[in-house]
Amino acid sequence: MTLPFRARYGWLVVLVVAGGIGIAACGSSSSSSSSPGVTSTSITFGTHQPLTGPAAPGYSEIAPAAQAYFNYVNAHGGVNGRKIHLITKDDAYNPTNTVNVVHQLVLQSKVFGIFDGLGTPTHTKVVGYLNASKVPDLFVASGCPCWDNGSSQPYTFGWLTNYTIEGKILGQYIKQHFAGKKVAVLYQDDDFGRGGLTGIKDEVPASDIVATRPYESGTTTLAPQITALKASGATVLVDFTVPIYTAIGQLTSFTLGWKPQLVISNVGIDPTTVGALLKTVSKGKASGTGLIEGAITDYYLPSVGDTSNPWIQLFKKVHDQYDSSAPFDGNVTFGMASAYTLVQALAAAGKNLTRQDLVNAVEKFGASWKGPGLVPFRYSKTDHGGYAGVQMGVVRGGTVVQSGAPLVTDPSPSGAITPYNGTQPAPPANGVPTK
Amino acid sequence: MTALAARVSRPRSTLLRSLGIVLAGALILLLLTYLLSAYDDLQLATGAYYFIVLAGLTVLIGANGQISLGHGALMAVGAYTVALLIGKEGWALVPALIAAVLCTALVGIAVGAAATRLRGPYLAGVTLALAVGLPGLAERFPSTFGGANGLALNPPTPPSALGSSFPLERWEAWIACVGALLVVFVLHNLLRSGSGRGLRAVRDDEIAASLCGLHVARTQTLTFVISSACAGLGGGMLAVVLQLAQPGAFPLQLSLSLLTGVVLGGLGSLVGAIWGAALLVLLPGWSNDLAHAFSLSQNVSANLQLAIYGVVLIGALLAWPSGIQGGVRALGRWLAPRLDRFKPTTGGER
Repeated sequence: MTLPFRARYGWLVVLVVAGGIGIAACGSSSSSSSSPGVTSTSITFGTHQPLTGPAAPGYSEIAPAAQAYFNYVNAHGGVNGRKIHLITKDDAYNPTNTVNVVHQLVLQSKVFGIFDGLGTPTHTKVVGYLNASKVPDLFVASGCPCWDNGSSQPYTFGWLTNYTIEGKILGQYIKQHFAGKKVAVLYQDDDFGRGGLTGIKDEVPASDIVATRPYESGTTTLAPQITALKASGATVLVDFTVPIYTAIGQLTSFTLGWKPQLVISNVGIDPTTVGALLKTVSKGKASGTGLIEGAITDYYLPSVGDTSNPWIQLFKKVHDQYDSSAPFDGNVTFGMASAYTLVQALAAAGKNLTRQDLVNAVEKFGASWKGPGLVPFRYSKTDHGGYAGVQMGVVRGGTVVQSGAPLVTDPSPSGAITPYNGTQPAPPANGVPTK
Repeated sequence: MTALAARVSRPRSTLLRSLGIVLAGALILLLLTYLLSAYDDLQLATGAYYFIVLAGLTVLIGANGQISLGHGALMAVGAYTVALLIGKEGWALVPALIAAVLCTALVGIAVGAAATRLRGPYLAGVTLALAVGLPGLAERFPSTFGGANGLALNPPTPPSALGSSFPLERWEAWIACVGALLVVFVLHNLLRSGSGRGLRAVRDDEIAASLCGLHVARTQTLTFVISSACAGLGGGMLAVVLQLAQPGAFPLQLSLSLLTGVVLGGLGSLVGAIWGAALLVLLPGWSNDLAHAFSLSQNVSANLQLAIYGVVLIGALLAWPSGIQGGVRALGRWLAPRLDRFKPTTGGER
């Protein structure tokens, strides 16, 4: 009488499983260093980016641009003798993927910190984890006011101008220049769009705002929103949209024959990106940036079209050398400027580096850093917000042209909007900041 | 003496045998969580919640002969229940998970009742609609479900008795593994009971089964409810491990990959569900490595995983229809006579 295989060879299965566990254990054991991701010759950061998905057009250029600037710095000897490595993970702008890839970066790749994690709906899902794990979370690529909380999120720092500040300054412009006109707002239904809407409402009289319509990231049409906004009789349209929805919205307005005065957030305006997207979504029928010509916008970095600006010249040089396959547009300068700020932080944090040292350096020195930004940073012990304001501009002939002086303010409803009179210095001769 | 040993090692009572399996599994998993790194513990937790769903699905498809393309949506029900109860209402973990199981079971009753009236492709169609439509509800009612932004919840805190340095990932792995073992216990008992034979009888021949006095529709609905409850528990665990319930976690491809996992693991077998879960956890990494090795463009590599699922599923169904577990059994049958030569002769009497 023979027994089934399982009964006779159970012992063998147990042996194999035990062996497997042993091998797995050997494979996973690693030396635990006191500060992960940093040695005397290298430092590793990780980032989550929408390389695919709805936010990919345009934004997928940011991480390669930052990488290009790090390559440039590494070729010039690195920072404090350390070469900077960046591990880029695609999260497709899907928060669930963001959680997974950030766990992977922190636990498996053992990065020193997260740099330039992109997106509001995505990054909000990992801020708690990163702060609980005491991982520096520097220069989030989103202007959500939610990064700006030094006491509850000591390891997280914003970088670009907070959406509420941006909304306030755009709102003040509307109040001054389009007084009495009917205003409609199209906004992404998350902290980005809502933050911007808050700022607009702080400044524009409530009676002038005749319609506001949200859209969900991932939707393929804005026809219901644009139809409703058009029906409100508004003559000014404010967009808090990512580039793809700026393009879809403008194409829909065009087909409906609606031509309002546009006011578009910095997030969704980059003319090169929007122009290319307009061509794609219209299947080649629309070319160039005609549909966003004359749009009022704002910016906090020098315009890509401003070829006389020494920062644009530096970034163009780095771009041509290390990232030439990408178009040279606002996403590229964004990535490089953000990378420049990280190098400033690393230089300031010094030779002996722990995670806490880096955080301390941003809090202590960040507000005094001069760089590609047109306005100063707000960094302090309690304030973890990025740029303090914006420069107003207008889209003319495919590029953003300056209008007026840079303006700074704070996110509170009562905070006054004041002109910023500081000057922008030229970059250091070799293009690498030192302390 | 040997007879006694045989009885001790393989108890006759199904209940005791299930208990033995669960205890042995618990011991191995406990050991594993200490041996693995933090990241691998997290992978283990992921595998455990996938297993919970796959085990329920394999009972539904393999043992009862129904099909569901909507288990991803049922996971969403569980995940949102947990996220709402813990995140907004401040419930404790265990009651929230129980509530997730009950809520999903309720949805399962509705879908299961409809399912008994449908066969084959029509049932697949209805459950597919569930997978496509249900996560959309979250975006339809953003004030309750947080829209595309989703609902975040705080990570579970390990009890202070375990020490302050006890890693969160190990605690998450424990939570998910306890759930998985509970499911093993219930389903292992079910499959080896009279009710389990009833499930299979209904699968094999509905008319014969009803002639034997089995209530076909009730059996099918009940199986669907059990399977849904498992999906709800798995979804709840997902919310706990990711600290998030968000529509992006439950795309259509989740439901399809669950089906792939069940078929590849081996239909109708709980061990097969383990293989399936391991595959679902490991395949994304492998597909990334593959994409890197061939330096594929980002747009190709982002879709590579789906393509691999499809190709592997078709390939396996053609070449290896009984899945990995079927292959392991075949290997066992092939090895048994060859290994007999090396075994001391005391074993085989009973």
